[in-house]
Amino acid sequence: MTKANTYAELLQLPDTKGHFGPYGGRFVSETLSYALEELEETYNKLSKDPEFQAEFDKDLAHYVGRPSPLYHAERWSRILGGAQIFLKREDLNHTGAHKVNNTIGQALLAKYTGKPRVIAETGAGQHGVATATVAARLGLECEIFMGADDVKRQSLNVYRMKLLGAKVHAVTSGSRTLKDAMNEALRDWVTNVDNTFYIIGTVAGPHPYPMLVRDFNSVIGREAREQSLTQNGRLPDALVACVGGGSNAMGLFYPFLQDESVAMYGVEAGGNGVETGRHAAPLCAGEPGVLHGNRTYLMQDNDGQIIETHSVSAGLDYPGVGPEHAYLKDIGRVNYVAANDHEVLAAFRELTRVEGIMPALESSHALAYGRKLAQSMRPDQHIIINLSGRGDKDIHTVAGIDGITV
Amino acid sequence: MTRIEEKFAALNADGKKALIPYITGGDPKPEYTENLMHALVESGADMLELGMPFSDPMADGPVIQKACERALGAGASVQGVLDIVESFRKTDSITPVVLMGYLNPIEHMGYDVFAANAKKAGVDGVLLVDLPPEEADDVVPVFKASGIDTIFLVAPTTTEARAAKIAAHASGYLYYVSVKGVTGSATLDVDEVGRKLAGLRQLTDVPLAVGFGIRDGASAAAVSQVADGVIVGSVLVNCIAELADTPEKIAPALQERIKEMRLAMDA
Repeated sequence: MTKANTYAELLQLPDTKGHFGPYGGRFVSETLSYALEELEETYNKLSKDPEFQAEFDKDLAHYVGRPSPLYHAERWSRILGGAQIFLKREDLNHTGAHKVNNTIGQALLAKYTGKPRVIAETGAGQHGVATATVAARLGLECEIFMGADDVKRQSLNVYRMKLLGAKVHAVTSGSRTLKDAMNEALRDWVTNVDNTFYIIGTVAGPHPYPMLVRDFNSVIGREAREQSLTQNGRLPDALVACVGGGSNAMGLFYPFLQDESVAMYGVEAGGNGVETGRHAAPLCAGEPGVLHGNRTYLMQDNDGQIIETHSVSAGLDYPGVGPEHAYLKDIGRVNYVAANDHEVLAAFRELTRVEGIMPALESSHALAYGRKLAQSMRPDQHIIINLSGRGDKDIHTVAGIDGITV
Repeated sequence: MTRIEEKFAALNADGKKALIPYITGGDPKPEYTENLMHALVESGADMLELGMPFSDPMADGPVIQKACERALGAGASVQGVLDIVESFRKTDSITPVVLMGYLNPIEHMGYDVFAANAKKAGVDGVLLVDLPPEEADDVVPVFKASGIDTIFLVAPTTTEARAAKIAAHASGYLYYVSVKGVTGSATLDVDEVGRKLAGLRQLTDVPLAVGFGIRDGASAAAVSQVADGVIVGSVLVNCIAELADTPEKIAPALQERIKEMRLAMDA
């Protein structure tokens, strides 16, 4: 089989049981099985329904403000002296990140299935804000689960969610971060499954979530591919995106999977450095296992217990990763690398000063690796970096590192 | 006959129902668990469910999450729980022991290694909360080859079609989750449970045990009217949590609760 054939087959995944090779699946307690079967059936029907798609596209255009620009960062590219860097400006979306692409889609599913209440987990708070936003617009009751540590380091987003009418639960169990928020959201869902739609924020969780979150975010890659062809008359040589759960990366990568000439880099959170063990880079340094409804790479100890992660960015502070990424790693279609906190902060400052764009710390992981990659390439080559979110929410964190109270 | 079959047959002959307490292995410390198991049996338990602690017990409520945190903090592990069962078996060769937990630590150890070690320890059944029958094809045959039953859950939301699929995989007993929710949450509706169990009896001959929401003699007795077994967990784990600093008081406190349920069920 040729490489191109293999890559074309990637577009057929997942299989009917939600598997991407050995990864994915539906590992949940029995109470949730029926809700997931129902969701899968609904999604399979609606994703082929022109009326549903038209409503989704209309919301993306008029509410989110799509298409987002593909911006040539000329000055930064010149300073780095390597490949031309193009930024996919998901930071310009309504609510400030790619997360809203998915919450618009899932809120429409909630509406079509008649569920009056939505819940979500959130790390940095971007997904929580995006969920609270669409819930406000559709008049849905909304409750958000957020690790108690994240509530502290992302207080601005917590207040935004409250202004939007959501109830925010600070989760104090376990490591008090994103994984614990997801445990708590699953517990709420199991209890209120009759009237509640769980809006998962990333391409992880039980089938069909990894598939539908990918599909809703694929608008990023479809636009970027078309913009690249229209603006530059060619495809890019490489794509770079940060990976926590991996929804912005999957959204960018998916429409390019068949384009053999396009290299792809997923950048995980290196924390204090992958070599120190204090990081959130399961694809770089974890092992396959089962958590939160799917089989994927996980950060775990010798007894199979999930271990605590470390990252300057709350949105990437997660011990697992979407199962499709796990498969793309194994077959070698995407290269997974890590950027540590120090490199990330430097990239955050650099883009802000050189281009006047303040990126989210999550997105700064992609920038940190992208700048190195650019420097290893020729000026006639092109890189697209997914600027998945804006950095306003991180100002307190960065100021804190600088010893300044804002 | 397996130990589980023998136990249900003996109870049936006496016109009794199975009382099945759950405690988390290693809670509050691994060195106490074996004594607690013997204490539960002495006070009237017919079988034991022993939790294998996991860092992220998504299907459990805060009571069992905290039990997992206590156990892991005190050095508990899956192999440690197997060692506890092996030691328990030296003085109790009759009482069935079912391990309950989540898939990841088992997968990490390797299904075959786990099954071999569990058999050697004297484990009779395993219930993995996040392993539905659709994903169980690689697991059930390995356990079966070691003579270990795989216990599956049935929930109020389980459709008839799913129930049939689950019943086809079932061995040991079926665990009916009486309420929508996590362990230790709501109170149960016995009439509704009875209707669901009647449906399940059309699909399978394995005994039907009911858990979630059973907290005292009255609820245990009510459930034992419609089920073959009564599983009680959070109320005992709560007891352990309250007495974690005075561990010598845990066994008598658990025994008091088990005796109350036993009496009510046998009345």
